[in-house]
Amino acid sequence: MKRIFFLGLCCLATAFSYAGGYRVSLQGQRSLAMGHTGVAVVNNAELAFFNPAGLVYLENKINVAAGVSPVFSNVVWQNEEFGQMARTDSPVGTPFYAYFSYKLSDRFSLGFAAYTPYGSSVEWPTDWAGSHLVNNIELQTIYVQALASFKITDNLSIGGGPIYVNGKVNFNRNLNRSLTDLEGNRANVTVDASGVNAFGWSAGLMYSPTDSLRIGVNYRSLVKMKAEGGTADFQNVPNSPLTPFHDTTFDAELPMPAELSVGISYQLDEKWLFAFDYNRTFWSTYESLDIDFADPNIPDSKNPRNYKNSSIYRFGFQYTADETFTLRAGYYFDQSPVRSGYFAPETPRNSSNNFTGGLSINVSDRVAIDAAFLYSRFEEINESYDYYQENQQNVPFEGTYKSSAFVPGLGVTIKI
Amino acid sequence: MKKYILLSGLLALGLVSCEPELRNSIEEQDFYTSGTADFSHYVALGNSLTAGYADGALYISGQMNSYPSILAQKFALVQETDEFTQPLVSDNFGGLLYNGNPIKETRYVLSVGADGPMPVRLSKTPTTEVTNRLEGSFGNMGVPGAKSFHLIAPGYGNMQAVAAEMANPYFARFASSDNTTVLADALAQNPTFFTLWIGNNDVLNYATSGGAGIYQKNNTDFTTYGENDITDPNAFAYVYDQIVSKLAGEDGANADGVLIGIPQVSSIPFFNLVPPNPIPLDAQTVAALNAKFGAYNTQILPGLVQAGVITQAEADSRKISFTAGEGNFVTIVDEDLTALASILMGEPFNLDAQTAGLLSQLRQANSTDLIPLTSASFIGTTVNGNPLLVNGVSVPLADQYVLTFEEQQDIVEATTAYNAAIKSIADAYELGYVDSGELLNQLNSGGIAFDGGTLTSTFVTGGAFSLDGVHLTPRGYALLANKIIAEINTTYNAEVPKANVGEYPTVTLDQNL
Repeated sequence: MKRIFFLGLCCLATAFSYAGGYRVSLQGQRSLAMGHTGVAVVNNAELAFFNPAGLVYLENKINVAAGVSPVFSNVVWQNEEFGQMARTDSPVGTPFYAYFSYKLSDRFSLGFAAYTPYGSSVEWPTDWAGSHLVNNIELQTIYVQALASFKITDNLSIGGGPIYVNGKVNFNRNLNRSLTDLEGNRANVTVDASGVNAFGWSAGLMYSPTDSLRIGVNYRSLVKMKAEGGTADFQNVPNSPLTPFHDTTFDAELPMPAELSVGISYQLDEKWLFAFDYNRTFWSTYESLDIDFADPNIPDSKNPRNYKNSSIYRFGFQYTADETFTLRAGYYFDQSPVRSGYFAPETPRNSSNNFTGGLSINVSDRVAIDAAFLYSRFEEINESYDYYQENQQNVPFEGTYKSSAFVPGLGVTIKI
Repeated sequence: MKKYILLSGLLALGLVSCEPELRNSIEEQDFYTSGTADFSHYVALGNSLTAGYADGALYISGQMNSYPSILAQKFALVQETDEFTQPLVSDNFGGLLYNGNPIKETRYVLSVGADGPMPVRLSKTPTTEVTNRLEGSFGNMGVPGAKSFHLIAPGYGNMQAVAAEMANPYFARFASSDNTTVLADALAQNPTFFTLWIGNNDVLNYATSGGAGIYQKNNTDFTTYGENDITDPNAFAYVYDQIVSKLAGEDGANADGVLIGIPQVSSIPFFNLVPPNPIPLDAQTVAALNAKFGAYNTQILPGLVQAGVITQAEADSRKISFTAGEGNFVTIVDEDLTALASILMGEPFNLDAQTAGLLSQLRQANSTDLIPLTSASFIGTTVNGNPLLVNGVSVPLADQYVLTFEEQQDIVEATTAYNAAIKSIADAYELGYVDSGELLNQLNSGGIAFDGGTLTSTFVTGGAFSLDGVHLTPRGYALLANKIIAEINTTYNAEVPKANVGEYPTVTLDQNL
């Protein structure tokens, strides 16, 4: 009997992994209601995220927009061959945003933004059939950005600024499909890292060839989150030199990919505004999630992700009913960055059709309440993650997935 | 107002969609089908292999992964079933107490010592007190140690008789009364479906004891049987038919079920780990030994042939020779050889009683002999610390340390007859039949592939057999469960989903401190 045999048995890819959809597009209620378009829409301070070049076109001296979008999202999985089924019981996610802009002069505005574009919160039943891939995961990032917006000519502006990112992650999975301690409890590991910092930037351009037509482009850079010295807590590991898993620290890296958005908006008349955005997310930077454990006896974990760049097509319109009510609706198609065979259950998302709607109620000249909702419709999908290994051989984890997501959101717009 | 109605409608749609539903959910009725079988109340009968016994003991996580437990979980996906209950022991240590005194040992764990990983008994005190009789009926009626006729033996679970080893402590723990039988307690539950895997111990005890028992051919009186005897095949068939008749017959419970055949014992690691030639010797010892047996090989044996006492073939099989290095065969006492003691003491040999006794039925083992795993710790030890008296070398191994070819033949004959009976009874009652021997043969030759590797019968590393070398691991039991499910699906035209073998544990690692 060889020690290597047990290492092969137990040493898995002690993975920590996120999933396809850890981009959460909920950065403004007005934009969201219009299919999360906004790169060429001048509406309120949400521009700080969608296209900071547009901030300078806001009419008021001070603009504030803030809101929160509770995410109700769940997944069901089943495998017919073995009669297995599991449902996530995920906690409600709460992405938020807060934007502020201040007009220094007719040509120059400063701004400040805080938002949460990446995050994931998935909780499967402990020790479910896919527990060797994930039991639960919670990923949070907060982007904080200083902004400047400058009008080059009356119909051309630029804007942008540096981004400071703070993130944390907590992830638990079983070490493999069958390892238990003497009592039959499954061996598992929790990796936890918080206070992970990184920097990035965004920049945008807005051009208005006519009064009613706007064109925008915005780019947000790649942010590489490097977790260093996070804690890895091993539980229920058999008391044996053949399973050398002891609490240690780890290093890992997770990319928040760059995103390019181009868009167009057209003001048909006083009441109707149409918008179209195209997003390209450069997910191909996410090739593999590698966990480097500090303890040399614990094999490092390599988890191929092999994401591909993906596109999102967004459509929205806005109808200004009267002085009090503005109604919005939209649709977008969100293409999954996950390749077939890499469908891991951390946040299992295939391509989705998304329907949005919402309204603003002007409470006063200065204050408006913005409400929006998002309903994501995912097709049922038969998929597998084929790159989990036992004994140096790939063991696919497969089944039928169906996800749903419903996001009601509430925000406020203030202009002074 | 219209827009609010529209909006609230969309909101409601969203809230409803929070629980995603699959088009064809396995939770829906009729996703799977029980075919012509009725799984609503499943009862499993058998011995330790049915109880979920592993690593030389019965413990909770083993019971949870017993093949009846795996089957019951799958049945529950197919139709509405009663809860499947098991007489769970109190801990994961294994072992039994009777009035506070340990009567069964704790489980083996794989512990790493100076010589590498070795199975050792877990150094814990058992907490399962037999006299705390469990209430209620149990779907898993597997009783470790039970032979075929024990299932219909009144008093097999008599609590008082346990002390005198006249009853089975495992059954006494959960028998409904002192005088009940295993079968009666099973029938009292009105089973609609059953599995029956009994008969292993009718030959296994003989085998694991190295053949230290009697093949009770044509003796149908079980009360005269010893613990290590082989049950008469005709008596076995009679008892087996009685049991099945009560379970599946029209005058009995008329239940559906699957009968499981008995594997040949030679296929288990218990008999294949210790080779018959495990003795390393240096040149000096070899010279001394060969000198000692020289006269026996060159004078006594030819003399006996010449006198017509034994054949040349027997004389050849009785020759003792050692060579320097690894791989010397052990010396054994073979009761199937001609007893020569009295002849050797007479003319012309004139040997003393001790030497005559030593040579009486002496031979060296050959590659057809099997050494039980339990002999490993005995071979090579010395008698009273005397370096000249080495067990298996200068002192031949007694009957219980070796399963000779002749003894194996008796086992094969009995097992073959049992399986023929089981198969014909299965046919007569239109029940499923699973050839577990086929499964073990596959594990022995090349193994059985699953999505995470290949399961073989290799001790410890093969993954299918637990650390006692006789019982399966949970992964091995899952393999058997799948074979039973395949048979059910064929026999009853059912669709019962399989178990995912790779998700079940193999041997347990634990450092015994």
